Amino acid sequence: MSAKKNSQPRQMDRRRFLQDSARGIAGCALAGMGLGYFISDARALPAQALRPPGALAEDDFLAACIRCGLCVRDCPYNTLVLAELGRDGPATGTPFFTARDIPCEMCEDIPCVLACPTGALDPALRDIDDAKMGVAVLIDQENCLNALGLRCDVCYRVCPVIDEAITLERSHNERSGHHAIFMPTVHADKCTGCGKCEKSCVLPGEAAIKVLPARIARAEAADHYKLGWEDRNPLVDDLIDLPDRLPGPGTDNLAAPGGYLPEAMPDPGMEGGFTPSFKLPGTRP
Amino acid sequence: MSIKTRAPVGREAIATFGWWRAHRFLILRRLSQMFFLSLFLLGPWFGIWWIKGNLSGSLSFGILPLTDPFIAAQSLIAGHWPELTGLIGALIVALAYALIGGRVYCSWVCPVNPVTDGAHWLHDRLGLKKGWQPKAGTRWWVLAMVVAVSALTGTIAWEFVNPVSMLHRGLIFGMGLAWAFVVAVFVFDLFVSRRGWCGHLCPVGTFYGLLGAKSVLRVSAARRADCDDCMDCFAVCPEMHVITPALRGQAGETPIILSHDCTNCGRCIDVCAKDVFAFTHRFDATDAPARDDRSRSQPASGASRAA
Repeated sequence: MSAKKNSQPRQMDRRRFLQDSARGIAGCALAGMGLGYFISDARALPAQALRPPGALAEDDFLAACIRCGLCVRDCPYNTLVLAELGRDGPATGTPFFTARDIPCEMCEDIPCVLACPTGALDPALRDIDDAKMGVAVLIDQENCLNALGLRCDVCYRVCPVIDEAITLERSHNERSGHHAIFMPTVHADKCTGCGKCEKSCVLPGEAAIKVLPARIARAEAADHYKLGWEDRNPLVDDLIDLPDRLPGPGTDNLAAPGGYLPEAMPDPGMEGGFTPSFKLPGTRP
Repeated sequence: MSIKTRAPVGREAIATFGWWRAHRFLILRRLSQMFFLSLFLLGPWFGIWWIKGNLSGSLSFGILPLTDPFIAAQSLIAGHWPELTGLIGALIVALAYALIGGRVYCSWVCPVNPVTDGAHWLHDRLGLKKGWQPKAGTRWWVLAMVVAVSALTGTIAWEFVNPVSMLHRGLIFGMGLAWAFVVAVFVFDLFVSRRGWCGHLCPVGTFYGLLGAKSVLRVSAARRADCDDCMDCFAVCPEMHVITPALRGQAGETPIILSHDCTNCGRCIDVCAKDVFAFTHRFDATDAPARDDRSRSQPASGASRAA
């Protein structure tokens, strides 16, 4: 582009304009598709990467987080880190933590949320016990020491919401026959997903209890089932009292008056009290 | 190409005014770039937390929030209304650059600028061809693409690939493979397209240019009548098309470089042996006589080199 040409008004005829626009749109669409593909690839958050307390759902988070790292700076335990391209799973530059490395210590003043300038970490989170960074799952019951009948209890002991988020549920130890199994049991409504249980699991290498994002750890409740012990109202106003099927004489074993009594059977020694209507040849009548 | 245009850019200015005077804005610019980077590095390197964060968002002295307005805009487009802190930060930055020139960000702050300047220096030393030169409108298409992808994916789209924030964040928080993006920009500018990244593609620069479209601080070709067509300003300017209307303007036309592509880098002021250029404000109405007709009839010898 010469200097002289630039000083003259550019003649932009329609054909040139359409060509340039088409080129621009085509290039734009191509580059946009590439970028879109890259984004869809990068937004797949790995299961072991946990977002800070109060983080919006992943889709909203990527619209809100400007990747400034202020939450990382104000985290007193160096729990949070910014994802590095090619090394960490989450989208480049977004904050996350790995529970097995450094779990969230659940500061009462939640400095990471206070530091967030955009609300990617929701300021509505005032009580750290309400945080939902994930849900602990006792993921390997074959290697969990408590599940084997030993008394490790470490995940239970370190839980900041002890006896609420993790309880030890006692059951009979069938293997030994006379011991108990104290099964660590997570209650998702209380679990904040801080990851202290995962961090302190005594197993070498991977932990038997892991914090997973709720989207992976939690099933959707079966709302179409009525839990009769919670809701005592019958589904229909008047239950039709159908006759009960009881074992009785004959094939038409409707309840006999007086109920089922072995003595009332034609042959009291006969199990079930009914006589087959056929005889196999060669058998005793 | 004449012998004169083969001479190093700014040689006359050095001979006339001395080395410092012919490099002052370049040196000041490098100092500024280092200053802004080191402000952010004081914390992680020396534990002096005057400023936390990075260019995308920061908090200075625990009181002053700053947010990249381009990122804030993408966030809005993606459907998230940022908290007040973030919005105020974006507003402060936007106002500042609206006053001093949006693309001042590019030449005085952006950490990629030394990278692309380095690529251009090497490009010059190796005498490479200018390569692919995207059309003037390309950067607008790229900006439109980023806006569209932000809206369609509901994410701050450019931050997934932005070499500017990747480099800056990488230096402060940890680089990972982000250096690959920076190297890609360097190689692109060196071998594919002279001044291609900052001058034609980067949507951050385009956005900031838009922001500073009516900025107050401007460069003026105030003494354009003295111009001797050495073409050094065109050779040194990263956006050389901005010079022409001001320098070659007729009498009565403003000598002020009003294009929002101008990065206010001040290199034209440095290299001009005739002291044609100076920083001024956009309302400066000082009369600047046009050059005589000599240059109009005679295409400048160095034009091909400058382009």
